[in-house]
This record gives sequence, C-alpha cells and structure tokens, in this order.
Amino acid sequence: MMNYESTRTDPPETTREEPAVRAEGLSVVRGARQVLRDLRFTVPHGQITGLLGPSGCGKTTLMRSIVGTQAKVSGTLEVLGRPAGDASLRSRIGYVTQDPSVYDDLTIRQNLHYFAAILDPGRAAAERRHDNVTRAIADVDLTSHADALAGNLSGGQRSRVSLAVALLGTPELLVLDEPTVGLDPVLRRDLWNLFHRIADERGATLLVSSHVMDEAERCHRLLLMRDGEILADDTPEALRTSTRTDTVEAAFLHLVDQAAATGIRKETVR
Amino acid sequence: MNASRTLATAARVLRQLRHDPRTIALLLVVPCLMLFLLRFVYDGSPQVFDNIGASLLGIFPLITMFLVTSIATLRERTSGTLERLLAMPLAKGDLIAGYALAFGALAIVQSAIATGLALWFLGLDVIGSPWLLLLVALLDALLGTALGLFVSAFAASEFQAVQFMPAVIFPQLVLCGLLTPREKMQPVLEGISNVLPMSYAVDGMNEVLRHTDMTTAFVRDALIVAGCALLVLGLGAATLRRRTA
Repeated sequence: MMNYESTRTDPPETTREEPAVRAEGLSVVRGARQVLRDLRFTVPHGQITGLLGPSGCGKTTLMRSIVGTQAKVSGTLEVLGRPAGDASLRSRIGYVTQDPSVYDDLTIRQNLHYFAAILDPGRAAAERRHDNVTRAIADVDLTSHADALAGNLSGGQRSRVSLAVALLGTPELLVLDEPTVGLDPVLRRDLWNLFHRIADERGATLLVSSHVMDEAERCHRLLLMRDGEILADDTPEALRTSTRTDTVEAAFLHLVDQAAATGIRKETVR
Repeated sequence: MNASRTLATAARVLRQLRHDPRTIALLLVVPCLMLFLLRFVYDGSPQVFDNIGASLLGIFPLITMFLVTSIATLRERTSGTLERLLAMPLAKGDLIAGYALAFGALAIVQSAIATGLALWFLGLDVIGSPWLLLLVALLDALLGTALGLFVSAFAASEFQAVQFMPAVIFPQLVLCGLLTPREKMQPVLEGISNVLPMSYAVDGMNEVLRHTDMTTAFVRDALIVAGCALLVLGLGAATLRRRTA
C-alpha cells in the first residue's frame, strides 16, 4: 500500500569481506540540534561491536539510523550491502529499543507469536513459527513465564521479552540498544554468553550499545562515542595498548581528555 | 499488503481486548443502558424514541470505536510497538486493515445486541430491515475507527486523545440531525452539517426507519459514510511514518 517497496530484484550476496554496516559522512539533525556529526566507521560481519559512550551522546540515534527509523539522515549509510531503511532489510535486521516495546496486555507467548506472524506469515509456516517462538523464549530464559502477561513482569523480564522478539527471525544483524540495563549480574553474564553464541553459531553481526564500560571487554570491537562523534574504532586490547591503560573505561577517559585538549588547542590557534 | 499479516494483526488486537474484559463489558452494555434509559425518558412519546433510538444505533458504534481506536493506536505509538512493527516487513495497510477488522467485528457484536434490544424489547418501530440497520452501524464503526486512527497522530498523550472526542465528535453530534431535523437549522449550520459524515450516518438510519425497501437515499448515505471512512483511513495511513525524528 503506502510503504515503499524496493524495485530491485534479488539482494546481492554480501561477501564476508564487506562490512555489515558502512558509514561515511553520516550526519543526523534532530530539531535544531545536530546529533551525529560526519561519522565514518564500519561494523564488521559476524562479530560483536560495542557502541559505548555517555547517555545523550547519540548512540540511540545512530542505531535508529542503521535500522532505518530515524528521519533526517544524510551521508552514506550501507547496511548488509543496501542503503539503510531499504524495504528488503526489514526481515534481516532485529532491533531492540531501549524501552521494551511489547504489548503489556498479551502474554509472552502471544507477543512472540504475533511478531513471528509478521516476520514469517502464512499457514504453511505455522510449525516453523512455533519452533522459533519456543526457541526465542528459551534463549532469554523465560520459558517458565511464557504464559504470563507482559505487563505483570518485572522490568528486566520485559526487556528480555523485547529481546526475544528480535531473536525470532534469525536476523543477520542484531541492533540492541542497552539490552542489559537494570539486569542482575548473573543475567547479564547469561545474555552476553547468548550474544556470543548468536555471533559464533549463527554468524550474525551484533551491534550492542551500553554506557556501562565493563561490558566493553566482552565485545570483539568497540566504537567509542562522545557528543555525536566517534572517538575510537578499534578492538578493546588495541584501545588499551594505544592509550597505555588497563581498562576500556580508563582508555575512554584518556581519549575524552585528549579530544578536549586538542579542541582547546584548535580554539587558541584560531 | 498480505492477508496473513492483516489477519494476524486483527487477531492480536482482539486478543489484547480479551485480556481486558471490563472494556468489552462497557462497550457492550453502555449502549444498551442508554437505549433503555431513553425508552423510558420518552415514555409518553414513542415516536420521539423511534427517531432518537434509530439515530443512536448509528452513533454509538461511531463514538465507541473512535475512542477505542484513538487510545489503542496512541498506545501503539507511545509504547514503541509501532516503531518495531514498521521496522518489520509489515505494510501500513496491513496494520490499518487489521485494526479495522478487529474493531469492525467488535462493532458487529455491539450493534447486534443494541439493535436486538431496541427492536424486540424496547419496541423501537422500524419499518425497514434490521440487517440494514446493522450495515449502517458497521459502516459507522469503520468511520469511527478511521477518525480515531487519524486523530491519534495529533495526540501526544491519553489526556489529549480523550479531549479529541468532544472536539471531533460533539459538533457532529449537535449538527447531525439528532436534536432537530437538519433542514430546519440555520442555513450556514445546515451547510456545515452537509459536509460532516455523521449526518449521513443518521440520515441512513432514518431511511431504514421509514422505508421498507433500500431507497436510493439510503444507498447514497451508506456510500458517503463508507467513502469518508476510506478517505480518513488513507489519511490515517499517511500519519504512520517509518522514519521519525
């Protein structure tokens, strides 16, 4: 009807060398404010990339741009070999917003069954849908609550339902906006193990945002953000080595101070 | 658009309602209660009850579906589920048709109970077929769903959404011919009432009230209500944006 379907035919096979996400000169304006400034980065295939930075630095806007729900995006942004927001990408990307987006007046199973029917419609797929739903509920460790209303769950449980929805269609790219906020340490560890399993076994690419620096150590690669700009794009080890620090947190602070110092220097030169 | 996705959406909306039995009870009981009340308010003048009762059978589904849809879609927008759905391979038409189907089904139940009560227990004197009454009620429900979907785009909160009810519905209620025949109003008001869809909903009901057959006037009224519903549904679809600021 009113959605813009892509006129192109088959999606081109994305090669392993091609990054899952490639951005060049990426900028986003929200109202009068420029939230993202001329970003240039890549997210490699089949790995977990952490998007770290203080709250308000533009992490969510960047993720929404990649998923294709952000308006006023300029520059180049390619996702799985297609321009971001392309209709063909909608079934290939799983997206979890920061606030759990599930129906509070449905049970966990009913929530998942509905979203599964949108991703994989038709009577012929009923059995596959059932399996996918059961597996996704097990993935987030909610099997014992499957028939509870989402509105009656705790905050952490609701965000896991939201995560389970994103795991439904075996997406090639998972974009997770602060998926571990407010969860206890055991659950956080379990979820990170799950993320690694998804990357290793299913070959999926994960982009996970967090403002908790200790989670950075669990990522293959890191994008450090501050004030709408990317401070660093590297592996955790390389970051620690190049800044001569012991933790990613210290590396981040070092980079922020450095950026502030060069900023001041630029201003005095002017 | 895809029929399976539309049906899945309709089933989901009905499933949500099923977890809310109080809303269902209110939706089904309140129209009956109002008709019951009016029957005895106009105890001495059954002709007035015939007029008002028939009109109300058309107005109830419009108002209730307006309210239910505007709140339901507002919740969908604010809870993030709409953003999630639009990031999935769901056509906007599927979502809208799903809502229209679910609330249309609910409206059929509501109208069937209210019409049955009015015709067989409260002595509402209708010359035409009760099926035509149901048909108009269903079209009115669709119109209500369409209007509710449309205004929900302009409401930032439930408070605002509820305020759209008096803003959008009350003027139509006053001008639709329920209080006094439209041709007896001040000409400017009659002109305005000519472009408001609820006027045709009430006219259609009155045609069924007075004629045994489907009159041309009835067909015209029904087509106008259906056309308005489709037009507003289209406008509502335009307010569903995949990309938002």
